[in-house]
Amino acid sequence: MKLFRPLLVGLGAMALGLTAHAAGGAKHAHGPDEGWPFAKVPAGQLDSESVQRGFQVYKEVCSSCHGMKLLSYRNLGEKGGPFYSDEYPNANDNPLVKAIAAEVEILDPNPDENGDPVYRPAIPADTFRSPYPNDQAAMAANGGAMPPDLSVITKARGHGAEGEGASYIYSLMTGYKDDKIKTKVGEDGLNVNYIEFDDGETVGTLTQPTGLYYNPYFAGDATPQWDGDPRHVPYGGFLAMAPQLPEGRVEYIDGTEATTSQMAYDVAQFLQWAGDPKQGQRKSLALPVMIYLVLLSILLWFSYKRIWRNVAH
Amino acid sequence: MSGHESTYKPNTGIEKWLDDRLPIIRLAHDSFVDFPTPKNLNYWYTFGGILAVCLAIQIITGVVLAMHYTATVNEAFGSVERIMRDVPFGWLIRNIHMVGASMFFLAVYVHMFRGLYYGSYKAPREVLWLLGCVIFLLMMATAFLGYMLPWGQMSLHGANVIINLFGAIPLVGEGIQSWLMGGPSVGNQTLQRFFSLHYLLPFMIAGVVILHIWALHVPGNNNPTGKEVQDVEKDTIPFHPYYTVKDGFAIVVFLIIFAVFVFYAPNVLGHADNYIEANPLVTPAHIVPEWYLLPFYAILRAITFNIGPIEAKLLGVIFMFGAIAVLFLLPWLDTSKVKSMRYRPVAKQFFFGFVVACLLLSWCGASNPDDPVISMGEDKLVVSYTDVAGIEGTRVFEEYAPAAQFRDEQTAAGATASLAVQAAPAFRFLHLSQIMTAYYFAYFLLILPILGLRERPKGEPDSIHQSILGHDAPAAAPAE
Repeated sequence: MKLFRPLLVGLGAMALGLTAHAAGGAKHAHGPDEGWPFAKVPAGQLDSESVQRGFQVYKEVCSSCHGMKLLSYRNLGEKGGPFYSDEYPNANDNPLVKAIAAEVEILDPNPDENGDPVYRPAIPADTFRSPYPNDQAAMAANGGAMPPDLSVITKARGHGAEGEGASYIYSLMTGYKDDKIKTKVGEDGLNVNYIEFDDGETVGTLTQPTGLYYNPYFAGDATPQWDGDPRHVPYGGFLAMAPQLPEGRVEYIDGTEATTSQMAYDVAQFLQWAGDPKQGQRKSLALPVMIYLVLLSILLWFSYKRIWRNVAH
Repeated sequence: MSGHESTYKPNTGIEKWLDDRLPIIRLAHDSFVDFPTPKNLNYWYTFGGILAVCLAIQIITGVVLAMHYTATVNEAFGSVERIMRDVPFGWLIRNIHMVGASMFFLAVYVHMFRGLYYGSYKAPREVLWLLGCVIFLLMMATAFLGYMLPWGQMSLHGANVIINLFGAIPLVGEGIQSWLMGGPSVGNQTLQRFFSLHYLLPFMIAGVVILHIWALHVPGNNNPTGKEVQDVEKDTIPFHPYYTVKDGFAIVVFLIIFAVFVFYAPNVLGHADNYIEANPLVTPAHIVPEWYLLPFYAILRAITFNIGPIEAKLLGVIFMFGAIAVLFLLPWLDTSKVKSMRYRPVAKQFFFGFVVACLLLSWCGASNPDDPVISMGEDKLVVSYTDVAGIEGTRVFEEYAPAAQFRDEQTAAGATASLAVQAAPAFRFLHLSQIMTAYYFAYFLLILPILGLRERPKGEPDSIHQSILGHDAPAAAPAE
């Protein structure tokens, strides 16, 4: 046992070390108060109704700027997807998925027999339509900032623990301080937006650059825009995306009230699904595997005890 | 052990026929069934078997992944995701391979620390230890190459950092660099050769593993007492079933931990930035290697000073590779006649210090070198100004209000004034990494050589079976 103690201390230090590559000065993201249903141990699953609503939010709000190039419409109707139905094990036959795809007109990857481009309604096998023909067009339309592809955004944020990526989306979408923004006329006669802080030691005024929006959860550095004690700059930074989810931005098909936090919750859960569509399968396989391994280890322990019973060691 | 006589008796006609032509069953029987193994091996000795399982898992999952992976810069990222989405159980295979790399290193580090503690590198096992060091080096190369394949941000920029290290070598550095990259920069040709080598190296590891096991079976296992087997009857038992069942139990416990990561936190050991497709025009804020390379990364960054004509960058590279090279010299650096640190009370303290140093180096590798570990005092504010007469000055303040007031007064008087933070003196990660790097090298180059000549070992038993009897009879002198 003597050997174990320092190793335990070491593992503790290692755990500290692993959490130490935190991003700049962004505020620590948080999920909803009740936690994410999919992050529950031992077999938490996505709330499929929420994922469906989240798809609606993506379709009606996010998709005008953000693509999801790794997803196809068929994914929506595959097992674990929001519109899966037992009647249609092949998602390409699922009428709901077909209808969702058909709403979108895409450029067919194959030209017609004369070599001319063909525009046609999408089918389930097509990938999600990209809002811009290329990255340059995307940047030009957004003041030089590239709206990131959202296919794996929940895996690309946080530190890899289950739900951290979704918490980031949730915190970012609900974290804007738009209700605190005040406007004054600047020296050059143009309007200047600013936010006053009086939060413990963080006291001062943050000026919002034109075309950018302050968000405490966005990784960045607000120091150049901060008039106040530079040792206590507010968390976060400025991003080019304006607040997108004011109350009632979408009208949910299922009648759920579309509050900002509800929409943020739903879209975060949709993106969580999209980042790892097989996570439901992973979670349902987890428990049987663990039980099997634990039983096997118990069996081997007793075999070990029995085989070694007459050997001094 | 090579000395012991084969007990294999072919029973069937086919076995006899084969035994006369290729005695492969005899080899397996003598190596893994009837192999005399010291009775007193503890659970730290199960990691060899665990590592064999890790290698097998990585090769099997890797071969399947290679069937679906596309090694081009435009398709690599998407093809890895397609494995996760469209290949049946592809998510499981990929998660096992990804987590498996970390588990492999976890096991190899325990295995190496065990060897360090029980003196398993000493005569007659020097070649065994050297082969192990070769495997470790190949593992690091393989893991580094593999980390590039998903072509995420960390893949690209991590590869850039490491390949640039070779550029620090005088005269031939640049040539080596472009030879490794296959062109002027890390690009498609680099990805393709990295994929090719990532597929090749595991089989070289497997080859060296065979030599490693061979070199183990000539002198036989070391054991916690460090005493060689004197009496096969009293000191040893056959490998099967005694150690197959003990190793089997340990392997399954290890697999439980493995499975927790695979099923509940597949991404927690990696870096989120690697799920952003590689973009040479955007550099991540913090480039960090995978956790198992962090100690060496910390050593690389700890060297911020020149020594004589050698510049800091090259010196960092020398120290980083030196940290591994010194392992190869270990059998001849440790002068102690006593193998096991159980009986070396002073060396034992330094050994645990070494483990802590390695863990602290990992922490340093993951942190920003300029961040404080311990801050001494409060940050202050400093106002720098140049007044109308062109005279420069600074004033330091504790509080913000008077500092801002002073700045505004200066500005009103026509001076240019600015306010900035003056960081409090602190003990920073850079300092910690320098101290720990010094300890790392001192452990091998000073402590072990000197201590072996000066220390007084305590309580060493005469033989393995004497130590075992000491366990059972509380009246006897405690073995530990």
